Amino acid sequence: MESLNQEMLRNVFHVLPELVWCVFGVFLMLLQPFLKNRQALTFLALLGSAIGTLITFFTFMGPGFSGLIQFDTFALFFHWLIGLVAFLVILSSDSYLQRENLDAAEFYALILFATAGMGVLSSAQELLTAFIGLEMSSISSYILAGYRRDSIKASESAVKYFLLGSFATAFFLYGIALVYGVAGSTNLAALANVDPNGTLLRMGLTLILVGLGFKVAMAPFQIWTPDVYEGAPTPVTALFSAGPKAATFALLLRIFSTIHAATDYWFWAFWILAVLTMFVGNLGAIVQSNVKRMLAYSSIAHAGYTLVAFAAITFVRPDPNLVSAAYAAVLFYLASYALVSVGAFTIVSEIGGQGERYLTYDDYAGLGTRQPFAAAGLTLFLLSFLGLPITAGFFGKLYIFTAAIKSNLVWLAVFMAINSVIGAYYYFRLIVVMYMRDHKGPVAESAANTLSPTAAMVVTVAALITLYLGLAPNHILGIVLSQPLMLSAR
Amino acid sequence: MALGGHLLTFLIFFPGVSALALLWLRGEDEVWIRRFTFVASTVEFLASLLLLRAVPIGQSHYSLEEFSRWISAPTINYHLGVDGISMFLVILTTFLTPICVLASWKGVHHRIKEFHVMLLLLEVGVVGVFLSLDLFLFFLFWEVMLIPMAFLIGIWGHDRRIYAAIKFVLYTMTGSIFMLVGIIWLYNHTGTFDLPTIQAMLHSGQLVLSERTETLLFLAFFVAFAIKVPLFPLHTWLPDAHVEAPTAGSIILAGVLLKMGTYGMIRFCLPLFPDASHRAAPWVAALAIIGIIYGALVALVQPNLKKLVAYSSVSHLGFVVLGIFAFHEISMQGAVYQMLAHGISTGALFLLVGMLYDRRHTFEISEYGGLCAPMPRFAAFFLFVALSSMGLPMLNGFVGEFLILLGTYQHHWNWAAWAATGVILSACYLLWSYQRVFYGDITHEKNRELQDISPRENWSLVVMSIVILWMGIGSPFFTRRFEAPCKTLLQEMNPNVMHEAGIRPPLAVTGGVRTTISTERLASR
Repeated sequence: MESLNQEMLRNVFHVLPELVWCVFGVFLMLLQPFLKNRQALTFLALLGSAIGTLITFFTFMGPGFSGLIQFDTFALFFHWLIGLVAFLVILSSDSYLQRENLDAAEFYALILFATAGMGVLSSAQELLTAFIGLEMSSISSYILAGYRRDSIKASESAVKYFLLGSFATAFFLYGIALVYGVAGSTNLAALANVDPNGTLLRMGLTLILVGLGFKVAMAPFQIWTPDVYEGAPTPVTALFSAGPKAATFALLLRIFSTIHAATDYWFWAFWILAVLTMFVGNLGAIVQSNVKRMLAYSSIAHAGYTLVAFAAITFVRPDPNLVSAAYAAVLFYLASYALVSVGAFTIVSEIGGQGERYLTYDDYAGLGTRQPFAAAGLTLFLLSFLGLPITAGFFGKLYIFTAAIKSNLVWLAVFMAINSVIGAYYYFRLIVVMYMRDHKGPVAESAANTLSPTAAMVVTVAALITLYLGLAPNHILGIVLSQPLMLSAR
Repeated sequence: MALGGHLLTFLIFFPGVSALALLWLRGEDEVWIRRFTFVASTVEFLASLLLLRAVPIGQSHYSLEEFSRWISAPTINYHLGVDGISMFLVILTTFLTPICVLASWKGVHHRIKEFHVMLLLLEVGVVGVFLSLDLFLFFLFWEVMLIPMAFLIGIWGHDRRIYAAIKFVLYTMTGSIFMLVGIIWLYNHTGTFDLPTIQAMLHSGQLVLSERTETLLFLAFFVAFAIKVPLFPLHTWLPDAHVEAPTAGSIILAGVLLKMGTYGMIRFCLPLFPDASHRAAPWVAALAIIGIIYGALVALVQPNLKKLVAYSSVSHLGFVVLGIFAFHEISMQGAVYQMLAHGISTGALFLLVGMLYDRRHTFEISEYGGLCAPMPRFAAFFLFVALSSMGLPMLNGFVGEFLILLGTYQHHWNWAAWAATGVILSACYLLWSYQRVFYGDITHEKNRELQDISPRENWSLVVMSIVILWMGIGSPFFTRRFEAPCKTLLQEMNPNVMHEAGIRPPLAVTGGVRTTISTERLASR
């Protein structure tokens, strides 16, 4: 009995961050009837996300819950990332909630629950555990998407996300069932012993890929993205584009690193998905006149760039050096994209004004003179999306290019290059609008005001990280590469 | 050594530091912003003159090299160096920047602080491009300089400035992203971005490129450079960018930015992919000749004075590309010389056109006529600069064109014959436009009261004219300094030529790292 308790206690130490996030979430829910002060709630939520992130230093490494959870360097990296994203999103939500007159406690609690779900997702070593993580983050996301109840767009966003999301989840579950049929276990370690070319395994994993592909918005499962991103409250959009995406990619990496031997099947699957996703995202973004929708399409495009590295990984499986370089590329890219994206959406959220009315390109005209700080910040983030030197996005793209070319996927690299140029057009267009075009007609109140202090903080932090990763990518890359990211199952 | 051996770092980042300092000035202190920028860019120019002493004559390897590790994965080094070719391009850049500040004294009225910050940042990027010996570092500066230039066009330009800015960015990005793919490909097969190391690997046979690979890599680099030059048919961004840019932007664009393309060909395309360059030479030369003639013909019929000068750039840069791809040491030197000469004369032409615009706010030739009477001194300067641009002997344009044609003739007389028509055409379009603008009757009343040049304009024009004259008469001062790098480059490109040269004494004079490598290779045969 004694040893069982100890065992239990030890297991708990593997999920400390998730525990802290959930506890703070519940705590916030309980406080809601008593505490009406929004700033106090914000502070508590910030505290929760920060403690949850920092407690990773005390979290036990290695497998927990008899192998359901694997808290390794890989998971640690993603916990930091999503913890930081949650922190920044909460910080940027403060002024948003005040402006839109929304309840803060539940909002923050849902963000923390979603974050916990993403944490589980990134350290899950077993498919059903991953499913739980996925559901935790998804269900919180559905609610968050429709948090502005009185807005039709928000309701549309929530319903769409919920229906399509449940559909995707069903795919994911069905995939798990098939994999279980082959491997006799839902633990990822068991996949290593299965014939990778078996039809049933392929079917199962394909269904899993479809389910997860929906979450990361890869084409052709991306249809929901623009509408949901547009309708959701902008800080929530920031969260969507950063957190669940990174965590789901983490799970994808874990699953596809456990299948033995290079198989053409997966390589071509990722190759096609990557090309399709890049083109759909970039071509879609070109024709947008709404900045939020443009960023939504650009988020699809960036998922495509990440998939390029996946193609490289599945192609070069036998060579551990190349694989670890491609892993590093994925991790670096996800981190840089997530932080830049949070920064960009924060500015969009502030400029949107009450009811998010000012979202079109025209509303951004002359921003360079009206709000130099916001315009400069957004310019930096757009340049990072674009992949210009001395920003994080440049090295992200560089590493993915390198991974692709190292694996001799020159054509994929060329497609990515073409897409980068398409991307340059619509990102640069927004910069042009901000600096080179004057605003016509009266300037809306909120589009003229400066950023709120909390939003300014988020923008500053994100901008500093963008520059830091762009000038000295070594440090973070050192962390990523410190322990060979061959996931334990192999 | 000057500045503790960090002269090159100083040259790259001093404008950047000045730009940061400029941010501390208040936006209303317009005069002080201009003065500060002028002083900073002049200091930069004087510092760059130190290069003349630091780079020994007749030396073909890099001087003042700086090397330190920057990023470990992938291995990116901060590796700078200068030789006779890049030295003059750096000096050209630093020389034109204070001229630009003077040129925009009256022409730029709004967001003055940002304007000068962008100008200085642009200088950082351009000087960095010329001094980088690490492919990655080169690419970084190449991209960094894009944004300030786009802003210069897009914010302070004329009516269609936004269209021009976007076009400029997209063209350049398209080229450079494929160059990036090429650079990464090279990195994956050599494990380094370091240019001298990759060259050494090519020479020692450690890195062998198949014919197809070499051609593709050559194209990846060449297209990026050809867009920048711009080589026909990739030139269509240039007239828009030039016409819409403010005067200072046009001066820097024509004077220096276009040279980044030809410099890239000399520094990267030729030494890294010698065989592919030889194979591509007929095609490139054909495009260059088309560019020379086409540019001149289009310039001939331009109703817009600034566009005329822009198309004359297409024509003149065609000469440079032809000189490079004729693979003759005289034509190569001519190409480098033409780069410098074009930078000065076309820079001066844009300066003059800008002065006209400041007074009349139009570039249409038909709006002018008979300007000799109200603006005699201006007319004199314009004639002088136009003559230099069309290649009158004793002035700078002649030396470059003559050397290019002479060198090209040795290998391909027909190329030289076709290109020579460009010289004639350039006389046509420049003299004809001069006639229409300055002679004849004054047809517009406004033109009667035009002010002749102010002392400020006078000084910048006098300085430019002195340089034009000096480059025309004292050309050995320049050619002596880039003769050796040009020679070595060609020797290394061609195994047969190298074989002959290896026995000849001049090699002992050139000496240096590269020759050591080539003699080793010789010994191994």
